Amino acid sequence: MQGTVDPNKAALNYHNEEVVAPAHEEHPDLRLFGLLVFLGAESMIFLGLFVAYLTFRAVYPSWPPEGTPERELVLPAINTVILIASSFIIHNADTAIKKNDVKGLRTWFSITAIMGAVFLMGQLYEYSKLEFGLTTNLYASTFYVLTGFHGLHVFLGVCLILAVLWRAQKAGHYSDHDHFGVEAAELYWHFVDVVWIVLFILLYLL
Amino acid sequence: MTTQAEMQIAPSAHAHAERKWWHYFTFCEDHKVIGLQYLVTAFFFYAIGGALATAIRTELATPASDFVTPDTYNSLLTLHGTIMIFLWIIPAGAGLANYLIPLMIGARDMAFPKMNAMAFWMVPPSGIALVLSFFLESPQAGWTSYPPLSLMTGKVGEGIWIFSLLVAGTSSILGAINFLVTILKMRVPSMTIHQMPLFCWSMLATAGLILVGTPVLAGALILLAFDLLAGTSFFNPTGGGDPIVYQHMFWFYSHPAVYIMVLPLFGAISEILPVHARKPIFGYKAIAYSSLVISFLGLIVWAHHMFTSGTPAWLRMFFMITTMIIAVPTGIKVFGWLATIWGGKISFNSAMLFAMGFIAVFVIGGITGVMLAAVPFDIHVHDTYFVVAHLHYVLFGGSVFGIYAAIYHWFPKMTGRMVNETLGQIHFVLTFIGMNLTFMPMHELGLLGMNRRIAFYDARFTTLNQVATVGAYILAVSTVPFLINAVWSWVKGAKAVDNPWNALTLEWQTSSPPAIENFEVLPVLMTGPYDYGEHHSENGALPPSAEPVLTGSSSGS
Ligand code: HEM
Ligand SMILES: [Cu+2]
Repeated sequence: MQGTVDPNKAALNYHNEEVVAPAHEEHPDLRLFGLLVFLGAESMIFLGLFVAYLTFRAVYPSWPPEGTPERELVLPAINTVILIASSFIIHNADTAIKKNDVKGLRTWFSITAIMGAVFLMGQLYEYSKLEFGLTTNLYASTFYVLTGFHGLHVFLGVCLILAVLWRAQKAGHYSDHDHFGVEAAELYWHFVDVVWIVLFILLYLL
Repeated sequence: MTTQAEMQIAPSAHAHAERKWWHYFTFCEDHKVIGLQYLVTAFFFYAIGGALATAIRTELATPASDFVTPDTYNSLLTLHGTIMIFLWIIPAGAGLANYLIPLMIGARDMAFPKMNAMAFWMVPPSGIALVLSFFLESPQAGWTSYPPLSLMTGKVGEGIWIFSLLVAGTSSILGAINFLVTILKMRVPSMTIHQMPLFCWSMLATAGLILVGTPVLAGALILLAFDLLAGTSFFNPTGGGDPIVYQHMFWFYSHPAVYIMVLPLFGAISEILPVHARKPIFGYKAIAYSSLVISFLGLIVWAHHMFTSGTPAWLRMFFMITTMIIAVPTGIKVFGWLATIWGGKISFNSAMLFAMGFIAVFVIGGITGVMLAAVPFDIHVHDTYFVVAHLHYVLFGGSVFGIYAAIYHWFPKMTGRMVNETLGQIHFVLTFIGMNLTFMPMHELGLLGMNRRIAFYDARFTTLNQVATVGAYILAVSTVPFLINAVWSWVKGAKAVDNPWNALTLEWQTSSPPAIENFEVLPVLMTGPYDYGEHHSENGALPPSAEPVLTGSSSGS
C-alpha cells in the first residue's frame, strides 16, 4: 500500500483491436427520474415559502392581523374539491394509455384541463370578491403571493396537459410503452394538487 | 481559442463529427463543450470581479474615501461579492463537473444534454445584466442584500440583482439535476458506487445541496422582489414585516452555498493528490462519505451567520454546536489528504503545488471558521475584517486554489496540450504570496475592530491596510502568467499524450482531448481509481507495460 508506483507500470493500455463504431449508447429513459428530482427542488421553494408564512404567523400578535376583512371560505373549498377530483381523473388517462387507448387519454386529459381552468377562474373570481388587496397587510400579501405562485403552477400544469393533447392528435405519438409526456403531465398535476392541499390548510383552515 | 479547437478532432477514425471552434459559441449539447464554456465564461467574470477587488483595495489604501465615492464603493463591493460567488466559483465548479463526470464514469454524455446547454446559457445573461447594472444604477446592499437596506438603495439596481440571481440560481438547479441523475444512473456497468472517483462523490453531495438550498433562496428573492417592486412588506419592518425571515431564508441557502463552492474542489483535490504523489488515496470511503455528512450538516448550521440578529440563546447554542461538528468531516478529509501525500513520490508541478497550497490555506480558513462558530467570539468580531479574512481563506484559499489546481491537472485532457510548468510555478508563487499578504492582515484588522463594508477607516489601521493592498496588486499581477500560459499552451503547447500523468481514473483512458462521444468502446473497470503502487496478480505473468488494467468491451455494454 505504501509503495510508490513505477510510471511504466501504471501506464494503461486500452485494447483497441475490437473497436466498434461509437453507437449512440442507449441508456434507460431517465426523464421521469429527472422530473422527480426537479419536483423535489420545486417543493423546496414552496416549503421555504410555507415556513416563512408560519414564521410571520407565529411572530404576529394575532393572525390574521386585526382588521383584516373576512375571508371567503366556500369558494376555495369548492375549488379544492375540484382540484383533488381532477387528480383522480387524470390518473384514468394513465390507465388508458397503458392499454393503448389514445381516445381515453384524450378524454381524461381534456376533462382535467377543463377542471384546471375552472380552478383558475374560481381563484380569480375569489380575488375579485376579496376586500383586501396585495398590500393591505402582511397576511394579505402572503395570501396573494402564495396562492398566486401556486396558481402559476396550475397554469403551467394546464399548459402541459394541453401540449400532451396537441401531440396526442397524431396517431401513434403515445403508446402503451412510450408515453413519457403523459406521465410527466400527470406527475406534475399531482404535485400541484398536493401543494394546494397544504396551502389550503395553511391559509384557510389554520 | 481558434486553432486549438481544430486540434480537438479525435484521432479515432470513427469520429463521425468534428468539433469546430465555433461550436464553443453555440448551443452545443456536448458536455465537454459545455464544461469549457462554463470554465471560460466563469474566468471572464473572475477577471471582472478581480478588477473590482483591485478598485476596492485601491480605495482602502488610504483611510479617507478618496479614490471613489462611498456610494460607488458600495456598488463595487456588492458586485465584487456577487460576481465572485455566483458567476465565478459556482459556474467554475459546474464547468469542471460537466467536463469530468461523464468521462470519469465512462458515459458518453450527461443524462440530459439539452437541459445542460440551457443551464449554461443562462449564465451569460445573468452575469451581463449584473455587470451592466454598474452603469445604470448598481445594487449597493452587499452580496447578502439584507432588507430593509436593500429596499432603500434604488429599485433598478436591486431589481437587476434579484433578476440575475434568480437566473443564475435556475441555471444551478438545472445543472444539479443533471449531475445527480448522471452520477447515479449512468456509470459504466462495471463501476459500482464505491469504485466511483471521489470527485463524483463530492459532486453528488454538491448537487444535493443545490437542489435543497437554491429553491429556498429563490423563494426569498421572490418575496424581496415583491417588497421592492410591488409595495408589499414581507421583510420591511415599517409595514409590519420581518427582516429576520429574509436572513433565515438567505442563509438557509447561503451557508450550504459555501459548500457548493468548496465541495467540488475537495473532490478535485482528492483526484489530484494521489496521481502526483503516486500513492493510493488514504481512506476512500471516509473521504467519500464525509462529503455527504458535510452536505447534511451544512443544512443545519445556517444561523451561525445570525448570532447577532437577536437569535435566542438556546438557538445560538444549537447552531454553534452543529457548526463546530462540521469541522469533523472536514478534518477527516484534510487528514486523508495529508496521509495520501505522506511519503509519496511527489512531483511538484503546478497542479500539485496548487493542490498542496489549497490544503495549507484552507486549513487556516477552517480554523478561523471554528473560532467564529463560538458565539462569544463571533459577537466580538462579527461584521469586522476578521470575517472577511475567514471567508477569503476558505473561498480564495479553498475554492480558487482548487480551481487552479484542477485546471493545471486536466488541461492536457481538455486541450490536448501540456501547460508550461515554469509559468505555472511562477503563477503559484505569486498567488500564494499575494493571497496571504492580502488576507492575513485582515485577521488582525478585524480583531482591532475595523468594520467591513465601509469605504473609510480610522487612521490607525493604515499600515495593515496598505500591506493588504500591496498583496492585492500582487494577486492581480499573478493572473498574467496564468493567462499567458493558458492561451499560449492551448494554441502552441507541447502535444499531450492521452495519459500524461499515468493516472488510473477513466478520463485518462481515452484520447486527449476526448472524441465527441468520449470513448470508442466503453471501458471495463479492472482496477480501482487510486490503486497506485498496488501489485496485481497479473504482474507476474505479463510484461508491465501490457498490464491490461482496462480493456475495451465490444460485446455491447
Ligand atoms: C468550507 C468552506 C467555507 C466557506 C466557503 C465559508 C464561507 C463563509 C462566508 C462567506 C462567511 C461570511 C458571512 C458574512 O457575510 O458575514 C462565513 C462566515 C462564517 N463562517 Fe464560514 N466558510 C467555510 C467554512 C467554515 C467552517 C469550516 C466553519 C466552522 C467550522 C465556518 C464558520 C463560519 C461562521 C461561524 C461564520 C459567521 C461569521 C459572522 O457572521 O460573523 N465556516 N463563512
Ligand atoms: Cu456559514
